Formats: sequence, structure tokens, C-alpha cells
Amino acid sequence: MMLAATVTGLKLKNPMMLAAGIMGTTGGSLKRAAQAGAGAVVTKSIGIAPKAGHSNPSMVDVDCGYLNAMGLPNPSYKNFQEEIDKAKESEVPVIASIFGGSADEFSEIAGALCADAFELNVSCPHARGYGAEIGTDPKLVEEITHAVKSAVNAPVWVKLTPNVTDIKSIGLAAQRGGADAVVAINTVRGMAIDIESGYPILGNKFGGISGRAIKPVAIKCVYDLYEALDIPVIGVGGISDWKDAVEFIMAGARAVQIGSAVGENIDIFSDISSCMDAFLTEKEWTLDDIYGMAHEV
Amino acid sequence: MKPVNAVITKVVDETPTIRTFFFDTSFELIPGQFVMVWIRGVDEIPMALPYENAITVQKVGPATSALFELGECDSIGIRGPFGNGFDITKGRILLVAGGVGAAPLAPLAEKAGSAGVEVTTLLGARTNDEILFRERFEAAGDVRIATDDGSEGKHGYVTQLIEDSKKYSQIYCCGPENMMKKVLDMVAPSKAQFSLHRYIKCGIGICGACCVDGLRVCKDGPVFSGEVLKKTEFGVYRRNECGERVRF
Ligand SMILES: Cc1cc2nc3c(=O)[nH]c(=O)nc-3n(C[C@H](O)[C@H](O)[C@H](O)COP(=O)(O)OP(=O)(O)OC[C@H]3O[C@@H](n4cnc5c(N)ncnc54)[C@H](O)[C@@H]3O)c2cc1C
Ligand SMILES: Cc1cc2nc3c(=O)[nH]c(=O)nc-3n(C[C@H](O)[C@H](O)[C@H](O)COP(=O)(O)O)c2cc1C
Repeated sequence: MMLAATVTGLKLKNPMMLAAGIMGTTGGSLKRAAQAGAGAVVTKSIGIAPKAGHSNPSMVDVDCGYLNAMGLPNPSYKNFQEEIDKAKESEVPVIASIFGGSADEFSEIAGALCADAFELNVSCPHARGYGAEIGTDPKLVEEITHAVKSAVNAPVWVKLTPNVTDIKSIGLAAQRGGADAVVAINTVRGMAIDIESGYPILGNKFGGISGRAIKPVAIKCVYDLYEALDIPVIGVGGISDWKDAVEFIMAGARAVQIGSAVGENIDIFSDISSCMDAFLTEKEWTLDDIYGMAHEV
Repeated sequence: MKPVNAVITKVVDETPTIRTFFFDTSFELIPGQFVMVWIRGVDEIPMALPYENAITVQKVGPATSALFELGECDSIGIRGPFGNGFDITKGRILLVAGGVGAAPLAPLAEKAGSAGVEVTTLLGARTNDEILFRERFEAAGDVRIATDDGSEGKHGYVTQLIEDSKKYSQIYCCGPENMMKKVLDMVAPSKAQFSLHRYIKCGIGICGACCVDGLRVCKDGPVFSGEVLKKTEFGVYRRNECGERVRF
């Protein structure tokens, strides 16, 4: 019970969620993450029409983390409610991640889906016309957030890209648009080249870095957003054990999401929960005590 | 790992539609594991390892056709081996192979055969010149053949060769999913292992594209026990590259 948390009205048994785009295309896989102990699960980003994504290689291990350019493959919202419903059988909150090319597309998708919350992906670094091309423009972010808020009753979170000069200004735009929380960060733009041939490895040539390498980037983003915003910040980027999760909460994250590390250990949610619980008990701290701690010392 | 550069050293025509590409790099493998094969500038696709230093490819579409354009001294990128592979048991085993599904089973037959396991193989193909790795299976034990057109062996599906499945301690199966589903319905699920084909993107258990009811084919599989598959969508539908359900 020590880890129970409430985030934008959603009651979580623990603050460790499955991040968007990780085992998130099927109801069965979302349910498995929930059974592995996730406090909530976020779906793959879902768009207007079925999308195959970029050609392979779409993900590669680059020693310090991973590089991916999936290209937002998804079956479209028209084929997705049944997956959400299946994920709901796990009895943890299911958050629908959605993306679009305009405010109208975002609200069409959100309005048609029934989920516990919506996460607006305005931050994918490698999908032309979507994602980060929108997420670097404060006006568009505000407009889209506002449009989705008007279309649904559920909480709306906005997922931010770190690939900007000042992430606070984008966070503030989301807040003005009525967002209930921001999620930071999506992947950091990156590239890898095969030295045997000179070919960029990814089918899309470039992509986004996730995993260990981006944790310090993400911690700083969360720290800055916590100072600048009144709404909660959800932290994501490079978490691979309980210490990373504690660090995010101390930086100012109300909850965290875990992505890449699920590949090696799907039980990471329950592993982190039990270690975090033991740590708090030993320190005689509560989750509230460590929330934003780095700002108070 | 980033893709490892593998230079093709030899190309063998196995059948009119299937070729084996040997390369200069060897992998330590458990039969049933697979690699991601990068044809630079084209695509990256999953392939079983029928030898520790080769892939055996059936030409079916753009990426496999691009592979068929390659010859000695050309190179490809390889990530892997990935996945679990077959769980090798003792006693008396039955292998059921459909088409290019013989690729991951041939090294299993050899490994089991040389460990003193009694191996019987049922080999199915569309026609007699499409039968793959017959000699390798014959060297490991008994072989029975079925062809769709009756050009050799039983006229019909390889599943029609299954009789008295109870006498085997374990059954290993790889082929088209419809065929594997038939096998699953005919044998004791807890004593059978199936190597699945799903659309694979990341290959490392992260993206979820290949999930079958929450099981990651690339990481938890590609080999699953019949007992596990019974409770899933196996044989009912697969997913295309967008994640839409496609019924069999
Ligand atoms: C674990 C595993 C092991 C395999 N082993 C072999 C093998 O040893 N020999 C062999 O010839 N084939 C094998 N395959 C199948 C092989 O990967 C496909 O035939 C190949 O990807 C087809 O690509 P294409 O562009 O030529 O054809 P396409 O026309 O693009 O596709 C033909 C079929 O292959 C499927 N396919 C395409 N891309 C992928 C992908 N990235 N992942 C999975 N399926 C895909 C398509 O869904 C379609 O059903 C294996 C598949 C898996 C999952
Ligand atoms: C394979 C893969 C697919 C992803 N797909 C999405 C997506 O569809 N929508 C999204 O908002 N973020 C997506 N992300 C970003 C993750 O949700 C997360 O923000 C990022 O990976 C950093 O977290 P991590 O280091 O724990 O992986 C994806 C990441 C990966 C690795």
C-alpha cells in the first residue's frame, strides 16, 4: 500500500507504468504487462488510419541504449477499442496514447475511444508531419490539448519531446491548453551507421534513442518541468531499476513509465515495486516525502 | 548488438524456390533460434539458422528476392541469435516439417540423432522437388514424405502421416500455421513444441509487434509448448505489420 498513488484522479497500486509503444499494440500484451505488476499501462500511439511503420531495421541496440524508428505502426483507432477492452480485464488503468496530424484528427480519435486517460503523442522524433514536428510548436500543442480536452471527459496527458531548446515552454503550452499532466520524455533524436558499408542502420536512417543513455536528459527535463508547471509530471526515459525510478520521483515525477527495460525483464514492474517499498521502509520515508525532494534540499 | 557483417561464402540451390546462403561467421545456436537478416537498403527479416553459419531462404517477396540477388563475396548484416529455441528431450521424438519449416528442424534432428535419440521425421512439401533437407533428416533417422500433388510419398498434407503420436516422448513442429494448428489438435499439447512465424520488428522483446496473446514470439519464443498455445489466438488469427488481426 505504501506505493499507492493517485495521478490525475487515476488510482494506481504503484507508480510504475508501461510506457507507450512497448508491447502496446495488442490487448493481450498490455494485459501481460499489467499482470507483471505495472500500476497502469499506456497503449501504442494510435492514429487515424492503419499504418505499417518504417521498414526494418526499426530498432537496434547501440551499447549505451537503443535506437528505434518504428514509424508509429498501428491498426488505427477503428480497430483498437477491442484491444483496450481486453487490456482492461487486468483491472489497472489503461491510457490510450494517440497521435494525429492536426487538432481535428486528435479529437476525432480521442472522441471515439473509451480509455481511463489519453496521452497525446506530440513527440515522436521520426514520423513526418506528426509527433515532434507538432510538439516543438507551443501554439499547436496548446490548440491540440484544448481540442482533446473538449472532446473527452477523461484526463489528458501530453507527452513531450526533449528535442527542443526549452521544454518548459512546451509544457506550459500544454498546461494552458488544459492538460491534466505532462509526460517527459519521448526519445532523443539519434542515428547509427554501419561502418562495414556506410549505410545508416535504421530503415528510416535516423530515429530516437531510449534506454540508459537518456536518463540524465530525462531527469533534467522532469526537474525543470516540476519547477515550471502546476500540473503533475510523469517521468520516463532510461529507467532500468528501482534506483532510477526513485531518482525520477525525487526530480519531481508523480509517477514513472518504463519502456526499453521491459525487453530484458518484463517483471521489472514488480521488481521495482518491491525494492522501492523496502527502500522507503528502511529510510522511513513515504512516496510523498521523496516526491520532488531534489528541489527542497 | 549492432548487426554483424557476414560475407556470403557459398550459395546452395536446395529446391527451385529455396537457397542456402553460407557465410564467414558462425553463431552458437540452439536449434529453433533465429537471426535478423539485414539486406542493406531493403529490409531486415527473421530467418532460422539451419546451420551455425547459414540461412535457408524461400523466395516469397521483396526482401527474400533481394537476398536471391546476392552471391559469393556479397555481405549481409546479422543480429542474433535471438529467442529460446527448441527444448531438446530424450527418448523417441517426432519432427513434423512443412515446407521451409524444415530449416530450424534439421539441426535439431542432427543434434538429437547424435545424442542417441530416436528421430522420426515427417516432411511435407508442395511437390517432390520442393522437399527440403531430406538427406539431413535421413541421416538422423526415419523419414516419411507427403506432397500436396502426390509426386512423392503420401498424396496430401503432412499431417495425414501422423499416426500413433502417443509413442513419441516429444513432437517438434514448424510450418504454416494452419498445418501446425492441425498438429496441435491431433497430439498431446504438453508433449509438443511449435516454432511460430509472426511479423517481427525489433527482435528483442520491446516493441510488441509479434505478440501472440502477450507472448513475444521474438523473445519468449519463437518456440512454444502446445499447452501454452492452446489458450491463445494461435491458429485463429495473426497480425499484419499494422497490428490488424488477420484471420487464418
Ligand atoms: C522466427 C522466424 C523464422 C523464420 N525462418 C525462416 C527461414 O528459415 N527461411 C525462410 O525462408 N523464411 C523464414 N521465415 C519467414 C521469413 O521471415 C519471411 O518469409 C520473410 O520475412 C518474407 O519477406 P519478403 O519481403 O520476401 O516477403 P513479403 O512479401 O514482405 O512477406 C511474405 C510473408 O512474410 C512475412 N514477413 C515479411 N516481413 C516479415 C518480418 N519482418 N517478420 C516476419 N514475417 C515477415 C509477411 O507477413 C508475409 O506473410 C521466418 C520467420 C520467422 C518469424
Ligand atoms: C520501440 C519503441 C516504440 C515506442 N513507441 C512510442 C509510441 O508509439 N508513442 C510514444 O509516445 N512513445 C513511444 N516510445 C517512447 C517511449 O514511450 C519512451 O518515452 C522512451 O522509450 C524512453 O523510455 P525508455 O528509456 O524507458 O525506453 C517508443 C519507444 C520505443 C523504444
